[in-house]
Amino acid sequence: MDKSLLQRQASSMRRALFDQGYLDEQFIELEDLQDDSNPNFVEEIVTLFYKESARTVYNIEQALMSRPLDFTKLEEYMHKFKGSSSSIGAKKVKNECTKFSEYCDAENTDGCVRTFQQIKQEYSTLKNKLETYFQVAREAAQT
Amino acid sequence: MLGKILSSEMATVANVFRPNFPQALEKPPSGSGELHVLAVDDSHVDRKVIERLLKISSCKVTVVDSGTRALQYLGLDGEKSSIGFDSVKVNLIMTDYSMPGMTGYELLKRIKESSIFREIPVVIMSSENILTRIDSCLEEGAEDFLLKPVKLSDVKRLKDCIMKGEGKKSGEKGSQKRRRSDDYSPSRSTPLSPALSSKKSRL
Repeated sequence: MDKSLLQRQASSMRRALFDQGYLDEQFIELEDLQDDSNPNFVEEIVTLFYKESARTVYNIEQALMSRPLDFTKLEEYMHKFKGSSSSIGAKKVKNECTKFSEYCDAENTDGCVRTFQQIKQEYSTLKNKLETYFQVAREAAQT
Repeated sequence: MLGKILSSEMATVANVFRPNFPQALEKPPSGSGELHVLAVDDSHVDRKVIERLLKISSCKVTVVDSGTRALQYLGLDGEKSSIGFDSVKVNLIMTDYSMPGMTGYELLKRIKESSIFREIPVVIMSSENILTRIDSCLEEGAEDFLLKPVKLSDVKRLKDCIMKGEGKKSGEKGSQKRRRSDDYSPSRSTPLSPALSSKKSRL
Protein backbone atom coordinates (compact mmCIF):
# COMPACT_ATOMS: atom_id res chain seq x y z
CA MET A 1 0.00 0.00 0.00
CA ASP A 2 1.12 3.57 -0.62
CA LYS A 3 3.14 4.67 2.38
CA SER A 4 1.91 8.23 2.47
CA LEU A 5 -1.66 6.98 2.40
CA LEU A 6 -0.98 4.81 5.44
CA GLN A 7 0.69 7.72 7.20
CA ARG A 8 -2.30 9.90 6.46
CA GLN A 9 -4.62 7.20 7.73
CA ALA A 10 -2.63 6.81 10.95
CA SER A 11 -2.55 10.55 11.38
CA SER A 12 -6.27 10.99 10.91
CA MET A 13 -7.07 8.06 13.19
CA ARG A 14 -4.90 9.64 15.82
CA ARG A 15 -6.52 13.03 15.40
CA ALA A 16 -9.98 11.47 15.66
CA LEU A 17 -9.09 9.82 18.96
CA PHE A 18 -8.35 13.24 20.37
CA ASP A 19 -11.21 15.05 18.65
CA GLN A 20 -13.72 12.48 19.83
CA GLY A 21 -12.46 12.72 23.39
CA TYR A 22 -11.04 9.24 23.75
CA LEU A 23 -7.58 10.54 24.53
CA ASP A 24 -6.21 13.55 26.34
CA GLU A 25 -2.86 15.34 26.51
CA GLN A 26 -1.33 12.61 28.68
CA PHE A 27 -1.22 10.43 25.58
CA ILE A 28 0.89 13.12 23.92
CA GLU A 29 3.18 13.14 26.96
CA LEU A 30 3.71 9.43 26.36
CA GLU A 31 4.33 9.98 22.66
CA ASP A 32 7.04 12.46 23.60
CA LEU A 33 8.80 9.67 25.48
CA GLN A 34 9.01 7.61 22.34
CA ASP A 35 12.15 7.72 20.22
CA ASP A 36 14.36 5.53 18.08
CA SER A 37 15.58 3.64 21.12
CA ASN A 38 12.00 3.10 22.29
CA PRO A 39 9.91 3.29 19.13
CA ASN A 40 6.92 1.39 20.52
CA PHE A 41 6.80 2.87 23.96
CA VAL A 42 3.22 4.11 23.80
CA GLU A 43 1.90 0.82 22.50
CA GLU A 44 3.84 -1.01 25.23
CA ILE A 45 2.34 1.18 27.92
CA VAL A 46 -1.17 0.74 26.56
CA THR A 47 -0.70 -3.02 26.34
CA LEU A 48 0.59 -3.05 29.89
CA PHE A 49 -2.38 -0.99 31.01
CA TYR A 50 -4.89 -3.43 29.56
CA LYS A 51 -2.99 -6.36 30.99
CA GLU A 52 -2.64 -4.90 34.46
CA SER A 53 -6.12 -3.43 34.70
CA ALA A 54 -7.86 -6.64 33.65
CA ARG A 55 -7.38 -7.85 37.21
CA THR A 56 -8.85 -4.69 38.68
CA VAL A 57 -11.82 -4.80 36.32
CA TYR A 58 -12.47 -8.36 37.44
CA ASN A 59 -12.17 -7.38 41.10
CA ILE A 60 -14.66 -4.58 40.64
CA GLU A 61 -17.07 -6.86 38.81
CA GLN A 62 -16.90 -9.35 41.64
CA ALA A 63 -17.30 -6.68 44.27
CA LEU A 64 -20.35 -5.30 42.46
CA MET A 65 -22.11 -8.61 42.89
CA SER A 66 -22.33 -8.53 46.64
CA ARG A 67 -25.16 -6.80 48.51
CA PRO A 68 -24.77 -4.50 50.18
CA LEU A 69 -21.85 -3.09 48.22
CA ASP A 70 -18.57 -2.55 50.00
CA PHE A 71 -18.12 1.03 48.82
CA THR A 72 -14.77 1.40 50.52
CA LYS A 73 -13.37 -1.58 48.68
CA LEU A 74 -14.89 -0.41 45.41
CA GLU A 75 -13.39 3.04 45.84
CA GLU A 76 -10.01 1.47 46.50
CA TYR A 77 -10.18 -0.57 43.30
CA MET A 78 -11.48 2.36 41.34
CA HIS A 79 -8.75 4.66 42.58
CA LYS A 80 -6.16 2.26 41.21
CA PHE A 81 -8.01 1.79 37.95
CA LYS A 82 -8.59 5.47 37.45
CA GLY A 83 -4.94 6.17 38.18
CA SER A 84 -3.65 3.98 35.42
CA SER A 85 -6.34 5.07 32.98
CA SER A 86 -5.22 8.58 33.62
CA SER A 87 -1.60 7.58 33.05
CA ILE A 88 -2.30 6.52 29.49
CA GLY A 89 -4.53 9.47 28.69
CA ALA A 90 -7.76 7.46 28.53
CA LYS A 91 -10.06 10.47 28.83
CA LYS A 92 -13.53 8.94 28.53
CA VAL A 93 -12.61 6.01 30.75
CA LYS A 94 -11.22 8.38 33.35
CA ASN A 95 -14.34 10.55 33.28
CA GLU A 96 -16.58 7.56 33.84
CA CYS A 97 -14.32 6.55 36.71
CA THR A 98 -14.88 9.94 38.30
CA LYS A 99 -18.64 9.39 38.05
CA PHE A 100 -18.24 5.98 39.61
CA SER A 101 -16.30 7.44 42.52
CA GLU A 102 -19.05 9.99 43.04
CA TYR A 103 -21.64 7.22 43.21
CA CYS A 104 -19.41 5.38 45.66
CA ASP A 105 -19.20 8.43 47.86
CA ALA A 106 -22.98 8.73 47.71
CA GLU A 107 -23.26 5.00 48.39
CA ASN A 108 -25.48 4.70 45.37
CA THR A 109 -25.55 1.03 44.39
CA ASP A 110 -27.50 1.44 41.18
CA GLY A 111 -25.30 4.33 40.12
CA CYS A 112 -22.18 2.27 40.66
CA VAL A 113 -23.51 -0.72 38.76
CA ARG A 114 -24.69 1.36 35.80
CA THR A 115 -21.56 3.47 35.62
CA PHE A 116 -19.33 0.45 35.68
CA GLN A 117 -21.09 -0.88 32.60
CA GLN A 118 -20.24 2.41 30.94
CA ILE A 119 -16.64 2.13 32.08
CA LYS A 120 -16.31 -1.33 30.62
CA GLN A 121 -17.77 -0.15 27.36
CA GLU A 122 -15.41 2.81 27.06
CA TYR A 123 -12.49 0.66 28.15
CA SER A 124 -13.23 -1.89 25.47
CA THR A 125 -13.95 0.64 22.73
CA LEU A 126 -10.68 2.41 23.43
CA LYS A 127 -8.78 -0.83 23.32
CA ASN A 128 -10.12 -1.66 19.87
CA LYS A 129 -9.48 1.81 18.52
CA LEU A 130 -5.95 1.93 19.87
CA GLU A 131 -5.11 -1.54 18.60
CA THR A 132 -6.21 -0.56 15.13
CA TYR A 133 -4.40 2.74 15.30
CA PHE A 134 -1.14 1.16 16.47
CA GLN A 135 -1.31 -1.40 13.73
CA VAL A 136 -1.78 1.22 11.02
CA ALA A 137 0.89 3.45 12.60
CA ARG A 138 3.35 0.55 12.62
CA GLU A 139 2.65 -0.28 9.02
CA ALA A 140 3.02 3.35 8.09
CA ALA A 141 6.38 3.51 9.87
CA GLN A 142 7.78 0.56 7.95
CA THR A 143 9.64 1.60 4.86
CA MET B 1 23.72 24.54 73.91
CA LEU B 2 25.99 21.81 75.24
CA GLY B 3 23.74 19.21 73.70
CA LYS B 4 24.14 20.78 70.29
CA ILE B 5 27.91 20.91 70.50
CA LEU B 6 28.05 17.29 71.55
CA SER B 7 25.79 16.10 68.76
CA SER B 8 27.78 17.88 66.05
CA GLU B 9 30.95 16.34 67.45
CA MET B 10 29.29 12.97 67.37
CA ALA B 11 28.35 13.51 63.75
CA THR B 12 31.98 14.29 62.93
CA VAL B 13 33.13 11.19 64.77
CA ALA B 14 30.59 9.12 62.91
CA ASN B 15 31.95 10.33 59.58
CA VAL B 16 35.49 9.52 60.59
CA PHE B 17 34.78 6.00 61.78
CA ARG B 18 32.40 5.09 59.01
CA PRO B 19 34.15 5.87 55.79
CA ASN B 20 31.56 3.88 53.96
CA PHE B 21 28.78 5.72 55.70
CA PRO B 22 26.51 6.44 52.80
CA GLN B 23 26.32 10.07 52.01
CA ALA B 24 23.11 11.37 50.67
CA LEU B 25 24.58 13.36 47.89
CA GLU B 26 23.62 16.90 47.20
CA LYS B 27 25.31 16.52 43.86
CA PRO B 28 25.55 13.37 41.80
CA PRO B 29 28.85 11.44 41.81
CA SER B 30 31.43 13.59 40.09
CA GLY B 31 32.19 12.61 36.55
CA SER B 32 29.05 10.65 35.91
CA GLY B 33 26.68 13.61 36.20
CA GLU B 34 23.93 11.12 36.85
CA LEU B 35 21.31 11.32 39.52
CA HIS B 36 20.28 7.99 40.94
CA VAL B 37 16.57 7.96 41.57
CA LEU B 38 14.66 5.34 43.48
CA ALA B 39 11.06 5.27 42.25
CA VAL B 40 8.33 3.51 44.20
CA ASP B 41 4.90 2.73 42.78
CA ASP B 42 2.57 -0.25 42.99
CA SER B 43 1.21 0.38 39.50
CA HIS B 44 3.19 -1.35 36.79
CA VAL B 45 2.08 1.19 34.21
CA ASP B 46 3.19 4.09 36.38
CA ARG B 47 6.50 2.42 37.18
CA LYS B 48 7.23 2.01 33.50
CA VAL B 49 6.30 5.60 32.76
CA ILE B 50 8.30 7.11 35.60
CA GLU B 51 11.26 4.95 34.66
CA ARG B 52 11.12 6.24 31.10
CA LEU B 53 10.67 9.84 32.25
CA LEU B 54 13.76 9.52 34.43
CA LYS B 55 15.88 7.74 31.85
CA ILE B 56 15.06 10.35 29.23
CA SER B 57 16.16 12.91 31.80
CA SER B 58 19.52 11.10 32.06
CA CYS B 59 18.95 9.66 35.49
CA LYS B 60 19.94 6.27 36.74
CA VAL B 61 16.73 4.59 37.87
CA THR B 62 15.80 1.87 40.28
CA VAL B 63 12.10 1.08 40.44
CA VAL B 64 10.41 -0.96 43.13
CA ASP B 65 6.78 -1.84 43.63
CA SER B 66 6.31 -1.16 47.32
CA GLY B 67 7.49 0.81 50.31
CA THR B 68 8.72 -2.41 51.87
CA ARG B 69 10.90 -3.16 48.87
CA ALA B 70 12.17 0.42 48.91
CA LEU B 71 13.27 0.00 52.51
CA GLN B 72 14.88 -3.32 51.65
CA TYR B 73 16.75 -1.69 48.80
CA LEU B 74 17.97 1.06 51.06
CA GLY B 75 18.91 -1.43 53.73
CA LEU B 76 16.46 0.07 56.19
CA ASP B 77 14.38 -3.01 56.70
CA GLY B 78 16.40 -4.15 59.67
CA GLU B 79 17.62 -7.23 57.84
CA LYS B 80 21.16 -5.99 57.43
CA SER B 81 23.39 -4.38 59.97
CA SER B 82 23.99 -0.78 59.09
CA ILE B 83 27.52 -0.91 60.47
CA GLY B 84 29.93 -1.34 57.63
CA PHE B 85 27.10 -1.93 55.23
CA ASP B 86 28.05 -0.18 52.06
CA SER B 87 24.64 1.15 51.33
CA VAL B 88 23.35 2.25 48.00
CA LYS B 89 23.72 5.84 46.93
CA VAL B 90 20.42 7.38 46.04
CA ASN B 91 20.04 11.05 45.24
CA LEU B 92 16.27 11.23 45.11
CA ILE B 93 13.32 9.10 46.08
CA MET B 94 10.03 9.45 44.24
CA THR B 95 7.14 7.58 45.72
CA ASP B 96 3.47 7.14 45.00
CA TYR B 97 1.28 8.11 47.91
CA SER B 98 -1.48 5.48 47.72
CA MET B 99 0.06 2.07 47.92
CA PRO B 100 -1.20 -1.06 49.64
CA GLY B 101 0.70 -2.04 52.77
CA MET B 102 2.96 0.91 53.34
CA THR B 103 1.78 4.22 51.95
CA GLY B 104 4.16 6.75 50.45
CA TYR B 105 3.62 8.89 53.51
CA GLU B 106 4.70 6.06 55.80
CA LEU B 107 7.72 5.44 53.63
CA LEU B 108 8.55 9.13 53.79
CA LYS B 109 8.44 9.02 57.59
CA ARG B 110 10.68 5.98 57.75
CA ILE B 111 13.22 7.63 55.50
CA LYS B 112 13.18 10.86 57.48
CA GLU B 113 13.60 8.90 60.70
CA SER B 114 16.74 7.31 59.32
CA SER B 115 19.99 8.99 60.21
CA ILE B 116 21.48 7.66 57.02
CA PHE B 117 18.81 8.59 54.55
CA ARG B 118 16.99 11.54 56.00
CA GLU B 119 18.96 13.93 53.83
CA ILE B 120 17.71 12.36 50.64
CA PRO B 121 14.97 14.41 49.06
CA VAL B 122 11.69 12.51 48.89
CA VAL B 123 9.02 13.48 46.42
CA ILE B 124 5.47 12.26 46.80
CA MET B 125 3.32 11.55 43.74
CA SER B 126 -0.43 11.36 43.94
CA SER B 127 -3.38 11.40 41.59
CA GLU B 128 -5.38 13.23 44.24
CA ASN B 129 -5.04 16.94 44.87
CA ILE B 130 -5.89 16.83 48.57
CA LEU B 131 -4.55 19.80 50.48
CA THR B 132 -4.40 18.10 53.87
CA ARG B 133 -2.43 15.30 52.26
CA ILE B 134 -0.03 17.72 50.61
CA ASP B 135 0.36 19.56 53.91
CA SER B 136 1.12 16.41 55.88
CA CYS B 137 3.70 15.30 53.39
CA LEU B 138 5.46 18.64 53.35
CA GLU B 139 5.30 18.78 57.16
CA GLU B 140 6.91 15.39 57.28
CA GLY B 141 9.76 16.64 55.15
CA ALA B 142 8.80 15.83 51.58
CA GLU B 143 10.72 17.84 49.07
CA ASP B 144 7.82 18.19 46.70
CA PHE B 145 4.41 16.84 45.92
CA LEU B 146 3.63 16.01 42.31
CA LEU B 147 0.20 15.50 40.88
CA LYS B 148 -0.11 12.43 38.70
CA PRO B 149 0.21 11.74 35.89
CA VAL B 150 3.74 13.02 36.27
CA LYS B 151 5.07 14.87 33.26
CA LEU B 152 8.50 15.20 31.75
CA SER B 153 8.54 18.86 32.74
CA ASP B 154 7.97 17.85 36.38
CA VAL B 155 10.93 15.50 36.27
CA LYS B 156 13.16 18.03 34.56
CA ARG B 157 12.32 20.69 37.09
CA LEU B 158 12.92 18.26 39.94
CA LYS B 159 16.24 17.20 38.53
CA ASP B 160 17.35 20.82 38.16
CA CYS B 161 16.45 21.48 41.78
CA ILE B 162 18.29 18.45 43.08
CA MET B 163 21.34 19.10 40.93
CA LYS B 164 21.55 22.57 42.42
CA GLY B 165 21.80 20.94 45.80
CA GLU B 166 18.46 22.14 46.97
CA GLY B 167 17.81 18.88 48.73
CA LYS B 168 19.75 20.05 51.74
CA LYS B 169 18.21 21.39 54.90
CA SER B 170 17.94 25.11 55.10
CA GLY B 171 16.11 25.33 58.39
CA GLU B 172 13.08 26.78 56.72
CA LYS B 173 10.87 23.82 57.37
CA GLY B 174 7.26 24.80 57.41
CA SER B 175 7.84 28.41 56.57
CA GLN B 176 7.36 28.12 52.84
CA LYS B 177 4.00 26.57 52.38
CA ARG B 178 2.35 26.16 49.06
CA ARG B 179 -0.34 28.64 48.18
CA ARG B 180 -3.98 28.23 48.97
CA SER B 181 -6.43 26.08 47.07
CA ASP B 182 -7.58 28.71 44.63
CA ASP B 183 -4.21 28.50 42.97
CA TYR B 184 -4.72 24.89 42.08
CA SER B 185 -6.44 23.77 38.98
CA PRO B 186 -7.89 20.29 39.36
CA SER B 187 -7.26 19.46 35.72
CA ARG B 188 -3.54 19.83 35.79
CA SER B 189 -1.16 21.01 38.44
CA THR B 190 0.62 23.66 36.38
CA PRO B 191 0.02 26.23 39.12
CA LEU B 192 0.85 23.67 41.77
CA SER B 193 4.18 22.43 40.57
CA PRO B 194 5.80 25.81 40.01
CA ALA B 195 4.29 26.97 43.30
CA LEU B 196 6.00 24.16 45.12
CA SER B 197 9.19 24.50 43.18
CA SER B 198 9.36 28.12 44.13
CA LYS B 199 9.04 26.95 47.72
CA LYS B 200 12.32 25.12 47.40
CA SER B 201 14.88 24.86 50.13
CA ARG B 202 12.21 24.61 52.73
CA LEU B 203 14.00 21.68 54.23
